[in-house]
Amino acid sequence: MKRYQAQITLLAALLISFAVSRISGQMNDYYLDIVLTAGISVILAVSLNLVNGHTGQFSLGHAGFMAVGAYGASVVSIEMGPPLLRLFGSSEAGQGVAFLAALVIGGLAAALCGWIVGVPSLRLRGDYLAIVTLGFNEIIRVILQNTKPDGVFGGALGLGGIPSTTSIFWVFGAAAVCIYVVTAMIGSTWGRGFLAVRDDEIAAGSMGINTTRYKVTAFVVGAFFAGVGGGLYAHQKGAINPEGFNFLKSVDVVVMVILGGMGSTVGVIAAAIVLTGLNEYLRDFEQYRMIIFSLLLIIMMIVRPQGLLPATLFQKKGRTA
Amino acid sequence: MEQFAQQLLNGLFLGSIYALIALGYTMVYGVLRFINFAHGDVFMLGAFSGLYLNRWLGPSLASLHWSISLTIILVLSMLICAALGILIEFLAYRPLRNRPRLNVLITAIGVSLLIEYTGQHPAVFGATQQPFPALIPANNISLTGNLAVTNTQMIVFVTVVLLLVALRYIVMKTRMGLAMRALSLNPTASALMGVNNSVVISFTFGLGSALAAAGGILYASLYPSVEPFMGIMPGLKAFIAAVLGGIGNIPGAALGGLIIGVTETLVGGYSSVVGLPTGYKDGVAFVILILILLFKPSGLLGKTEREKV
Repeated sequence: MKRYQAQITLLAALLISFAVSRISGQMNDYYLDIVLTAGISVILAVSLNLVNGHTGQFSLGHAGFMAVGAYGASVVSIEMGPPLLRLFGSSEAGQGVAFLAALVIGGLAAALCGWIVGVPSLRLRGDYLAIVTLGFNEIIRVILQNTKPDGVFGGALGLGGIPSTTSIFWVFGAAAVCIYVVTAMIGSTWGRGFLAVRDDEIAAGSMGINTTRYKVTAFVVGAFFAGVGGGLYAHQKGAINPEGFNFLKSVDVVVMVILGGMGSTVGVIAAAIVLTGLNEYLRDFEQYRMIIFSLLLIIMMIVRPQGLLPATLFQKKGRTA
Repeated sequence: MEQFAQQLLNGLFLGSIYALIALGYTMVYGVLRFINFAHGDVFMLGAFSGLYLNRWLGPSLASLHWSISLTIILVLSMLICAALGILIEFLAYRPLRNRPRLNVLITAIGVSLLIEYTGQHPAVFGATQQPFPALIPANNISLTGNLAVTNTQMIVFVTVVLLLVALRYIVMKTRMGLAMRALSLNPTASALMGVNNSVVISFTFGLGSALAAAGGILYASLYPSVEPFMGIMPGLKAFIAAVLGGIGNIPGAALGGLIIGVTETLVGGYSSVVGLPTGYKDGVAFVILILILLFKPSGLLGKTEREKV
């Protein structure tokens, strides 16, 4: 029983989110929206944490991958929705399968971009990834903005008319899968390689670990889930535009990871939920939000670089992770 | 052909400004081995100090020749930004010395965002674009044939060259320059030889920030509109220029800046020929970055560094 604990937890989480989504129709739309946003933030933060926390790299372009996933999934839903529904049947289950296909395709598109961006920049040590991902984020935005307004991507005005399929089940199901995949990767014997790369790249390389491969794997998996998160976001809002996936969106996710504690899944989840709530609560102080966020980044790095809920809090004695 | 030569010339002027900013990145990387993300924002602060100095001092400088008032504003802005650069290093980066590089990088991003968003607040600069005053009177000079060069472009280019010569002198001929070079070769050894590393690092930040400020004013003279986020793109491109030339290498940064400027202008000028929107010219620098990281990560003039444990 103990051996399958993680799998059982995942299954339970999926079942619970399915059950909750059955009754979520009675929730106030405003609160439902916040809950969904929080769940998507959890997906984004946990997947970024795999790269920035566990593997010790620094990606600044999570919103870029989110954009690829969001546009990929939306285009699949809009352009290929009817044939997909004919294939799977237009029952609720058929719609679910079609949505799943859209999300996975969006995620895979993001993962492919992650691979293209990651391979050149992750071969090297140092801070190149930060710049390249930041640049990627900008390029994706510029490309999307310069597409034809009447084309499939909708140009600067963005895409509308995306079916609102995202529900509690999809968001929390995806979050559970994301958390499961990340913890299973990190917890496995093979996954020690990620932590080894973070702790000392030279030593890890000397021990026979292919550091580039580990870094690229983490980055591609992170990009995949960012894409899935983007797909969920698009199908929650119903309309997306390139400006919604700018650098600041990436910074939001980075702040979640740093506040929660790089490499601490629990901390990052908590930070994602709390910060999403705070953003809603502090709508009136929008002007000060980024000033406070940036000050937080600086102060955290000087005073408590391990984050508010670091991974060491949750470790059993005598184990290191 | 003439159009090509014209584009080449325009690229050269833009590239010379990128070179100026790239030098700050490369010098700071040389002494501290980290990317000062906030460098592009110091560039923005330079442009804004030029704007405000001109607003406040303008009336009293009006009787002087424009070249003198330009020099006064340029030098004052450089001093202001040098002080700001030293302050940023002292408050944000110095407490993190000997910490993991990732932490310093995150702090640098924090500093960059802090400067941008504080600047965006209505009580500081405000988010709207502001026109930059013409510090250099506009005047067209036509070279041989149909090549057109504005007065501003020429002055910008000459100023950049003068600053580069001054920098070359500081780095190669003064004691402080010697200390900078020693520190970038080996911090421990230079400290043992009696170099006060902290002072040298502060000086490097000051020098780099002063060049960024000059870059800001010159850039704003070519593209006369300033706003708090104006530093992001030129900053990134200048960073790419520094990597292209070989990060840590001063002549490399200048060369990289010129290459980026020329390529970008050419792509901007000819993208309509192949049917691409001109908006793509901003992406060229990143394509160059990815290519250089793939094929020659040490940069054009950089040396491959061996890693030692």
